[in-house]
Amino acid sequence: MLPDDKTLTEQGLAPEGRGRMLLIACGALAREILALKALNNWDYMDLTCLPANLHLYPERITEAVENGVLKHRAAYQNIFVVYADCGTGGLLQAKCAELGVEMVAGPHCYSFFEGNEAFAELDDEITAFYLTDFLVKQFDAFVWKPMGLHKHPELRDMIFGNYTKLVYQAQTLDPALKAKAKNCAERLGLAFEYRFTGYGDLATTLKAQSKKPD
Amino acid sequence: MSDEDQDIILADLDDDELVQQMFDDLYDGLKEEIEEGVNILLSRDWPPYRVLTEALVGGMTIVGQDFRDGILFVPEVLLAANAMKGGMAILKPLLAETGAPRVGGMVIGTVKGDIHDIGKNLVGMMMEGAGFEVADIGINNSVESYLAAIEEHKPEILGMSALLTTTMPYMKVVIDTMIEQGIRDDYIILVGGAPLNEEFGKAIGADAYCRDAAVAVETAKEHVARKHNKAAAG
Repeated sequence: MLPDDKTLTEQGLAPEGRGRMLLIACGALAREILALKALNNWDYMDLTCLPANLHLYPERITEAVENGVLKHRAAYQNIFVVYADCGTGGLLQAKCAELGVEMVAGPHCYSFFEGNEAFAELDDEITAFYLTDFLVKQFDAFVWKPMGLHKHPELRDMIFGNYTKLVYQAQTLDPALKAKAKNCAERLGLAFEYRFTGYGDLATTLKAQSKKPD
Repeated sequence: MSDEDQDIILADLDDDELVQQMFDDLYDGLKEEIEEGVNILLSRDWPPYRVLTEALVGGMTIVGQDFRDGILFVPEVLLAANAMKGGMAILKPLLAETGAPRVGGMVIGTVKGDIHDIGKNLVGMMMEGAGFEVADIGINNSVESYLAAIEEHKPEILGMSALLTTTMPYMKVVIDTMIEQGIRDDYIILVGGAPLNEEFGKAIGADAYCRDAAVAVETAKEHVARKHNKAAAG
């Protein structure tokens, strides 16, 4: 059973210990990966997640992924890392190459949900602040509190003043989440844009992995 | 802050106690208290430059060190910077009148594709506090924008900042263009930003990577002094 978002944020998810392939993913992607797994009957894929709050400390991601690979590799035929570069500056890619495992292409999840090619062509990307389904749900834990805005709302424009809009990249059709995302934009003083992305390159990437021979 | 602290009357403190209290107030991001402290020291005939360096820069250096060591986080640093800004606003016109020493000049900006400026703004403020003339050219700067700014301001130092791993390689584009134009060695190039490190600074041909604002000030001073010594010897 999938734990709640707080657990995914702070602790991650342990694998079930079944299947020949292990996905080591960011906790923020757990729901989406399990949805794709169920949809495609990828029963041979097992999932373990690192705490999603590593998103706030990208310098810790590479070591955490390495530890995950080393811990689990004996129990699976194949391991796939469901992280993009995610602010590691190429270090995660280099580590995965060293460990002989593959990972998701692209700079971050905002890019692969949109589709890496499409994202690279966006003109106004640099002044957009992105939220996914998970980040909308966890807005206070990932944005509002770490930036100190719960105690010092006057810091908002010092932190977000150069952004022009909040883009909600929706993985699922959920009017309540859309309304919450709109409220997040208002709280940050940003224009709101809604983009339904679905699972984007996450779906095609996992599908490609599923077609690999045993 | 405790109730005991709230009872402190700044004007009743002697100079040393007041400076220590201002360190605490900067640490706590108390802008009004910092402004009051600055005015009290000025009323005690402290030269503006001394107030700036001993009370404000001294206090912000502690804030910078604790940020680097993971004791303070971005919000606290922003509050402290805001408090320092309040003090600087009082001192700036006085510094101009009294002719504070000029250590050097710096053009500073965030690279193309990047709109993050918290670190850059802190460095700019600390450099000003240390006696540098700072031309802040803002965010999302192209090579052309950097080159135009150094042409206009003729600084000793060019500072570049980036927060994103996707934008930090642009620093090399700027440096390579300066090499092509034969002007690279006319400037001290300092780089900084969360995802950078010393190795990256070396690899792109910068003079130094500065891990925080206090280090940027010290590095800038060292390099400018070295440059002046070289010029004197030459």
